[in-house]
Amino acid sequence: MFGFTNDQIYRYSRHIILPDVGGVGQKKLLRAKVLLVGAGGLGSPAAMYLAAAGVGALGIVEFDTVDLSNLQRQLLHRTQDVGRPKIDSAQDTINALNPDVKVVKHPVVLDSTNVMDIIADYDVIVNGTDNFPTRYLVNDACVFAGKPLVDGSIFMFEGQATVYDAAHGGPCYRCLFPTPPPPGEVPSCQEAGVLGVLPGIIGSIQAIETIKLILGKGDSLKGRLLLFDALAMEFREMRIQKNPDCPVCGDHPTLTTLIDYEQFCGAPFPSNPLKQALKEKETVEVASSR
Amino acid sequence: MSRWNPIIIPAPSDLSADETFDLKGEVCPYTFVKSKLALEMMESGQILQVIVDNAESATNVPQSLTNEGNAVLGCEQINATDWMITVRKK
Repeated sequence: MFGFTNDQIYRYSRHIILPDVGGVGQKKLLRAKVLLVGAGGLGSPAAMYLAAAGVGALGIVEFDTVDLSNLQRQLLHRTQDVGRPKIDSAQDTINALNPDVKVVKHPVVLDSTNVMDIIADYDVIVNGTDNFPTRYLVNDACVFAGKPLVDGSIFMFEGQATVYDAAHGGPCYRCLFPTPPPPGEVPSCQEAGVLGVLPGIIGSIQAIETIKLILGKGDSLKGRLLLFDALAMEFREMRIQKNPDCPVCGDHPTLTTLIDYEQFCGAPFPSNPLKQALKEKETVEVASSR
Repeated sequence: MSRWNPIIIPAPSDLSADETFDLKGEVCPYTFVKSKLALEMMESGQILQVIVDNAESATNVPQSLTNEGNAVLGCEQINATDWMITVRKK
Protein backbone atom coordinates (compact mmCIF):
# COMPACT_ATOMS: atom_id res chain seq x y z
CA MET A 1 0.00 0.00 0.00
CA PHE A 2 1.50 3.32 -1.18
CA GLY A 3 4.86 1.57 -1.62
CA PHE A 4 5.00 0.33 1.97
CA THR A 5 3.89 -2.85 3.67
CA ASN A 6 1.14 -2.37 6.24
CA ASP A 7 3.67 -3.16 8.99
CA GLN A 8 6.00 -0.46 7.64
CA ILE A 9 3.19 2.10 7.69
CA TYR A 10 2.66 1.32 11.38
CA ARG A 11 6.37 1.06 12.23
CA TYR A 12 7.28 4.37 10.60
CA SER A 13 3.98 6.19 11.22
CA ARG A 14 5.56 8.76 13.58
CA HIS A 15 8.04 9.63 10.85
CA ILE A 16 5.43 9.70 8.09
CA ILE A 17 3.30 12.12 10.12
CA LEU A 18 6.20 14.61 10.28
CA PRO A 19 5.84 17.26 7.55
CA ASP A 20 9.60 17.14 6.85
CA VAL A 21 9.65 13.34 6.48
CA GLY A 22 6.39 11.91 5.16
CA GLY A 23 6.25 8.79 3.02
CA VAL A 24 8.70 10.40 0.61
CA GLY A 25 11.34 10.89 3.31
CA GLN A 26 10.75 7.47 4.82
CA LYS A 27 11.38 5.90 1.42
CA LYS A 28 14.66 7.84 1.21
CA LEU A 29 15.66 6.36 4.57
CA LEU A 30 14.71 2.85 3.45
CA ARG A 31 16.89 3.25 0.36
CA ALA A 32 19.85 4.84 2.19
CA LYS A 33 23.16 3.13 2.85
CA VAL A 34 25.13 4.24 5.89
CA LEU A 35 28.54 2.99 7.01
CA LEU A 36 29.36 2.93 10.71
CA VAL A 37 33.05 2.93 11.48
CA GLY A 38 33.05 1.09 14.79
CA ALA A 39 30.33 -0.67 16.75
CA GLY A 40 31.38 0.65 20.14
CA GLY A 41 30.24 3.56 22.28
CA LEU A 42 29.31 5.98 19.48
CA GLY A 43 28.41 3.30 16.95
CA SER A 44 25.90 1.66 19.30
CA PRO A 45 23.33 4.45 19.67
CA ALA A 46 23.95 5.60 16.10
CA ALA A 47 23.36 2.08 14.76
CA MET A 48 20.29 1.48 16.90
CA TYR A 49 18.55 4.76 16.05
CA LEU A 50 19.44 4.48 12.36
CA ALA A 51 18.14 0.90 12.37
CA ALA A 52 14.96 1.94 14.15
CA ALA A 53 14.55 4.75 11.62
CA GLY A 54 14.59 2.19 8.82
CA VAL A 55 17.88 3.03 7.13
CA GLY A 56 18.00 0.38 4.42
CA ALA A 57 21.59 -0.77 4.70
CA LEU A 58 23.88 -0.37 7.68
CA GLY A 59 27.49 -1.30 7.03
CA ILE A 60 29.60 -1.89 10.10
CA VAL A 61 33.38 -1.89 10.23
CA GLU A 62 34.50 -3.64 13.41
CA PHE A 63 37.15 -6.21 14.16
CA ASP A 64 37.03 -6.26 17.98
CA THR A 65 35.34 -8.72 20.32
CA VAL A 66 32.98 -7.77 23.15
CA ASP A 67 34.72 -7.16 26.46
CA LEU A 68 32.96 -6.88 29.81
CA SER A 69 34.29 -3.33 30.15
CA ASN A 70 32.46 -2.32 26.93
CA LEU A 71 29.01 -2.92 28.39
CA GLN A 72 29.09 0.25 30.53
CA ARG A 73 28.36 2.23 27.34
CA GLN A 74 28.16 0.05 24.20
CA LEU A 75 24.46 -0.78 24.08
CA LEU A 76 24.60 -2.98 20.98
CA HIS A 77 26.19 -5.71 23.07
CA ARG A 78 24.91 -7.69 26.04
CA THR A 79 26.47 -9.64 28.87
CA GLN A 80 25.93 -12.91 27.02
CA ASP A 81 27.88 -11.47 24.07
CA VAL A 82 31.18 -11.13 25.96
CA GLY A 83 33.86 -12.81 23.88
CA ARG A 84 31.83 -12.71 20.64
CA PRO A 85 32.83 -10.58 17.67
CA LYS A 86 31.17 -7.18 18.14
CA ILE A 87 30.05 -7.22 14.53
CA ASP A 88 27.96 -10.35 15.21
CA SER A 89 26.27 -9.07 18.34
CA ALA A 90 25.67 -5.75 16.56
CA GLN A 91 23.99 -7.60 13.72
CA ASP A 92 21.80 -9.59 16.14
CA THR A 93 20.70 -6.44 17.97
CA ILE A 94 19.93 -4.56 14.76
CA ASN A 95 18.06 -7.48 13.17
CA ALA A 96 15.99 -7.95 16.32
CA LEU A 97 15.14 -4.24 16.31
CA ASN A 98 14.21 -3.91 12.65
CA PRO A 99 14.22 -6.68 10.04
CA ASP A 100 13.92 -4.03 7.29
CA VAL A 101 17.59 -3.18 7.80
CA LYS A 102 20.25 -5.08 5.91
CA VAL A 103 23.43 -5.31 7.97
CA VAL A 104 26.61 -5.46 5.90
CA LYS A 105 29.55 -6.74 7.90
CA HIS A 106 33.09 -5.52 7.31
CA PRO A 107 35.15 -7.47 9.89
CA VAL A 108 38.42 -5.76 9.03
CA VAL A 109 40.84 -3.19 10.39
CA LEU A 110 40.55 -0.18 8.10
CA ASP A 111 43.75 0.75 6.33
CA SER A 112 44.90 2.50 3.20
CA THR A 113 44.41 -0.65 1.10
CA ASN A 114 40.74 -1.31 1.89
CA VAL A 115 39.08 1.93 3.03
CA MET A 116 38.23 3.34 -0.43
CA ASP A 117 36.57 0.11 -1.56
CA ILE A 118 34.56 -0.17 1.67
CA ILE A 119 33.21 3.39 1.72
CA ALA A 120 32.45 3.42 -2.02
CA ASP A 121 29.03 1.79 -1.60
CA TYR A 122 27.71 4.16 1.08
CA ASP A 123 25.89 7.50 1.06
CA VAL A 124 27.03 8.69 4.50
CA ILE A 125 29.91 7.60 6.75
CA VAL A 126 29.47 7.76 10.54
CA ASN A 127 32.71 7.95 12.47
CA GLY A 128 32.70 6.07 15.75
CA THR A 129 36.37 5.28 15.88
CA ASP A 130 38.40 5.52 19.06
CA ASN A 131 41.83 6.15 17.58
CA PHE A 132 43.68 8.79 15.60
CA PRO A 133 45.09 6.66 12.77
CA THR A 134 41.58 5.56 11.76
CA ARG A 135 40.18 9.06 12.29
CA TYR A 136 42.70 10.55 9.84
CA LEU A 137 42.36 7.64 7.42
CA VAL A 138 38.56 7.88 7.30
CA ASN A 139 38.69 11.66 6.97
CA ASP A 140 41.11 11.54 4.05
CA ALA A 141 39.20 8.71 2.36
CA CYS A 142 35.91 10.64 2.66
CA VAL A 143 37.53 13.75 1.17
CA PHE A 144 38.92 11.71 -1.74
CA ALA A 145 35.57 9.94 -2.31
CA GLY A 146 33.50 13.11 -1.81
CA LYS A 147 31.41 11.52 0.96
CA PRO A 148 29.93 13.30 3.98
CA LEU A 149 31.47 12.17 7.27
CA VAL A 150 29.35 12.50 10.41
CA ASP A 151 31.98 12.77 13.08
CA GLY A 152 31.80 12.25 16.81
CA SER A 153 34.31 11.93 19.59
CA ILE A 154 34.20 11.52 23.33
CA PHE A 155 36.66 11.95 26.15
CA MET A 156 35.93 11.61 29.87
CA PHE A 157 32.91 13.94 30.35
CA GLU A 158 33.20 15.83 27.06
CA GLY A 159 32.12 15.13 23.54
CA GLN A 160 32.08 16.71 20.12
CA ALA A 161 30.12 16.24 16.95
CA THR A 162 30.27 17.78 13.49
CA VAL A 163 29.73 16.99 9.83
CA TYR A 164 32.75 17.07 7.54
CA ASP A 165 31.74 17.49 3.92
CA ALA A 166 34.62 18.92 1.91
CA ALA A 167 32.85 18.04 -1.36
CA HIS A 168 30.13 20.55 -0.51
CA GLY A 169 32.18 23.47 0.77
CA GLY A 170 32.63 22.33 4.36
CA PRO A 171 35.85 21.79 6.25
CA CYS A 172 37.43 18.39 6.88
CA TYR A 173 39.08 17.06 10.02
CA ARG A 174 42.51 18.12 8.78
CA CYS A 175 41.29 21.72 8.36
CA LEU A 176 41.11 21.74 12.16
CA PHE A 177 43.91 19.35 13.00
CA PRO A 178 46.27 19.10 10.00
CA THR A 179 48.42 16.32 11.46
CA PRO A 180 47.98 13.75 14.21
CA PRO A 181 49.41 14.45 17.64
CA PRO A 182 52.69 12.66 18.29
CA PRO A 183 52.18 9.09 19.53
CA GLY A 184 51.94 9.05 23.30
CA GLU A 185 50.51 12.54 23.71
CA VAL A 186 46.81 11.76 23.80
CA PRO A 187 45.32 9.12 26.07
CA SER A 188 42.57 6.75 24.98
CA CYS A 189 39.28 6.11 26.79
CA GLN A 190 40.93 3.02 28.19
CA GLU A 191 43.42 5.20 30.01
CA ALA A 192 41.37 8.30 30.76
CA GLY A 193 37.91 6.82 31.28
CA VAL A 194 34.62 7.94 29.79
CA LEU A 195 31.17 8.53 31.20
CA GLY A 196 29.01 5.70 29.88
CA VAL A 197 26.07 7.91 28.89
CA LEU A 198 28.26 10.38 26.97
CA PRO A 199 28.45 8.33 23.73
CA GLY A 200 24.68 7.98 23.99
CA ILE A 201 24.36 11.76 23.56
CA ILE A 202 27.03 12.19 20.89
CA GLY A 203 26.16 9.00 18.96
CA SER A 204 22.49 10.04 18.94
CA ILE A 205 23.45 13.46 17.57
CA GLN A 206 25.40 11.65 14.84
CA ALA A 207 22.28 9.59 14.04
CA ILE A 208 20.20 12.78 13.76
CA GLU A 209 22.73 14.45 11.46
CA THR A 210 22.86 11.32 9.30
CA ILE A 211 19.08 11.23 8.98
CA LYS A 212 19.00 14.95 8.10
CA LEU A 213 21.59 14.41 5.38
CA ILE A 214 19.57 11.53 3.93
CA LEU A 215 16.35 13.55 4.03
CA GLY A 216 18.03 16.74 2.80
CA LYS A 217 16.32 18.66 5.60
CA GLY A 218 17.43 21.15 8.22
CA ASP A 219 20.81 22.76 8.87
CA SER A 220 23.56 20.21 9.29
CA LEU A 221 26.55 20.57 11.59
CA LYS A 222 28.70 21.23 8.51
CA GLY A 223 31.00 24.10 9.44
CA ARG A 224 30.03 23.90 13.11
CA LEU A 225 31.69 21.90 15.85
CA LEU A 226 29.23 21.09 18.62
CA LEU A 227 30.91 20.72 22.01
CA PHE A 228 29.17 19.02 24.91
CA ASP A 229 30.32 19.18 28.52
CA ALA A 230 28.39 16.70 30.64
CA LEU A 231 29.70 17.98 33.98
CA ALA A 232 28.66 21.56 33.24
CA MET A 233 25.67 20.22 31.23
CA GLU A 234 26.48 22.71 28.54
CA PHE A 235 26.44 22.71 24.76
CA ARG A 236 28.66 25.15 22.93
CA GLU A 237 29.27 25.68 19.26
CA MET A 238 32.39 26.67 17.35
CA ARG A 239 32.31 27.89 13.78
CA ILE A 240 34.82 25.94 11.75
CA GLN A 241 35.88 26.94 8.28
CA LYS A 242 37.50 25.25 5.37
CA ASN A 243 41.25 25.88 5.60
CA PRO A 244 42.63 26.92 2.21
CA ASP A 245 45.99 25.54 3.37
CA CYS A 246 44.50 22.19 4.44
CA PRO A 247 46.88 19.44 3.34
CA VAL A 248 44.06 17.27 2.02
CA CYS A 249 41.11 19.48 0.96
CA GLY A 250 42.83 22.88 0.61
CA ASP A 251 43.58 24.83 -2.54
CA HIS A 252 46.93 23.12 -3.06
CA PRO A 253 46.69 19.73 -1.34
CA THR A 254 49.97 18.13 -0.37
CA LEU A 255 48.40 14.86 0.71
CA THR A 256 47.00 12.98 -2.23
CA THR A 257 47.35 9.41 -1.01
CA LEU A 258 46.14 7.65 2.13
CA ILE A 259 48.45 7.29 5.10
CA ASP A 260 48.60 4.47 7.62
CA TYR A 261 49.72 6.16 10.81
CA GLU A 262 51.20 4.02 13.55
CA GLN A 263 48.93 3.16 16.44
CA PHE A 264 48.97 5.49 19.42
CA CYS A 265 49.01 2.95 22.20
CA GLY A 266 50.57 2.86 25.61
CA ALA A 267 50.34 6.62 25.95
CA PRO A 268 51.03 8.22 29.29
CA PHE A 269 48.15 10.37 30.53
CA PRO A 270 48.85 14.10 30.29
CA SER A 271 46.48 16.76 31.63
CA ASN A 272 43.45 17.17 29.38
CA PRO A 273 45.19 17.63 26.03
CA LEU A 274 41.94 17.74 24.05
CA LYS A 275 40.68 20.74 25.97
CA GLN A 276 44.04 22.43 25.50
CA ALA A 277 43.99 21.72 21.76
CA LEU A 278 40.49 23.15 21.49
CA LYS A 279 41.40 26.25 23.48
CA GLU A 280 44.29 26.89 21.15
CA LYS A 281 42.00 26.31 18.19
CA GLU A 282 39.38 28.65 19.58
CA THR A 283 41.97 31.37 20.06
CA VAL A 284 43.04 31.00 16.46
CA GLU A 285 39.38 31.04 15.40
CA VAL A 286 38.58 34.19 17.36
CA ALA A 287 41.75 35.89 16.18
CA SER A 288 41.06 35.09 12.55
CA SER A 289 37.48 36.31 12.68
CA ARG A 290 38.46 39.80 13.85
CA MET B 1 -21.54 11.98 24.53
CA SER B 2 -18.37 11.48 22.51
CA ARG B 3 -15.48 13.87 23.09
CA TRP B 4 -15.04 13.87 19.31
CA ASN B 5 -17.18 16.30 17.37
CA PRO B 6 -16.35 16.26 13.69
CA ILE B 7 -16.92 19.56 11.93
CA ILE B 8 -19.47 18.80 9.26
CA ILE B 9 -18.59 20.19 5.85
CA PRO B 10 -21.05 19.31 3.08
CA ALA B 11 -19.04 18.31 0.01
CA PRO B 12 -20.06 20.02 -3.25
CA SER B 13 -22.33 17.62 -5.11
CA ASP B 14 -20.54 18.01 -8.44
CA LEU B 15 -17.19 16.73 -7.12
CA SER B 16 -15.68 13.59 -8.54
CA ALA B 17 -12.82 12.03 -6.63
CA ASP B 18 -9.59 11.00 -8.36
CA GLU B 19 -8.92 8.39 -5.67
CA THR B 20 -11.06 6.83 -2.95
CA PHE B 21 -9.76 4.75 -0.07
CA ASP B 22 -11.74 2.75 2.44
CA LEU B 23 -9.95 3.19 5.76
CA LYS B 24 -12.65 1.55 7.88
CA GLY B 25 -11.14 -0.43 10.73
CA GLU B 26 -8.23 2.01 11.04
CA VAL B 27 -7.90 4.38 14.00
CA CYS B 28 -5.88 7.54 14.64
CA PRO B 29 -3.22 8.30 13.70
CA TYR B 30 -3.20 5.64 10.97
CA THR B 31 -6.26 7.06 9.20
CA PHE B 32 -4.26 10.27 8.74
CA VAL B 33 -1.01 8.45 7.95
CA LYS B 34 -2.70 6.47 5.16
CA SER B 35 -4.56 9.56 3.87
CA LYS B 36 -1.24 11.42 3.74
CA LEU B 37 0.46 8.55 1.91
CA ALA B 38 -2.43 8.41 -0.56
CA LEU B 39 -2.08 12.15 -1.24
CA GLU B 40 1.67 11.80 -1.76
CA MET B 41 0.94 9.43 -4.66
CA MET B 42 -1.39 12.00 -6.29
CA GLU B 43 -0.87 15.21 -8.24
CA SER B 44 -1.40 18.69 -6.86
CA GLY B 45 -5.06 19.72 -7.23
CA GLN B 46 -6.38 16.16 -7.38
CA ILE B 47 -9.19 15.10 -5.09
CA LEU B 48 -9.02 12.28 -2.56
CA GLN B 49 -11.93 10.76 -0.66
CA VAL B 50 -11.37 8.53 2.35
CA ILE B 51 -13.98 6.68 4.40
CA VAL B 52 -13.41 6.28 8.14
CA ASP B 53 -15.65 4.60 10.70
CA ASN B 54 -14.97 6.56 13.88
CA ALA B 55 -15.67 10.09 15.05
CA GLU B 56 -12.11 10.58 16.30
CA SER B 57 -10.73 10.10 12.79
CA ALA B 58 -13.51 12.24 11.30
CA THR B 59 -12.41 15.00 13.71
CA ASN B 60 -8.63 14.66 13.44
CA VAL B 61 -7.98 13.67 9.82
CA PRO B 62 -9.49 16.86 8.32
CA GLN B 63 -7.57 18.94 10.87
CA SER B 64 -4.23 17.23 10.11
CA LEU B 65 -4.79 17.39 6.35
CA THR B 66 -5.53 21.13 6.67
CA ASN B 67 -2.39 21.63 8.81
CA GLU B 68 -0.34 20.22 5.94
CA GLY B 69 -1.80 22.79 3.56
CA ASN B 70 -4.47 20.72 1.81
CA ALA B 71 -8.04 21.95 1.30
CA VAL B 72 -10.68 19.88 3.06
CA LEU B 73 -13.75 20.13 0.83
CA GLY B 74 -16.06 17.83 2.71
CA CYS B 75 -16.61 15.84 5.91
CA GLU B 76 -19.95 14.11 6.12
CA GLN B 77 -21.50 11.21 7.98
CA ILE B 78 -22.71 8.87 5.23
CA ASN B 79 -24.38 6.21 7.38
CA ALA B 80 -24.72 5.12 11.01
CA THR B 81 -21.00 4.41 11.38
CA ASP B 82 -19.06 5.92 8.49
CA TRP B 83 -17.69 9.30 7.50
CA MET B 84 -16.52 10.50 4.11
CA ILE B 85 -13.69 13.02 4.05
CA THR B 86 -12.98 14.85 0.80
CA VAL B 87 -9.70 16.72 0.33
CA ARG B 88 -7.95 18.53 -2.51
CA LYS B 89 -4.17 18.05 -2.55
CA LYS B 90 -2.16 21.25 -2.14
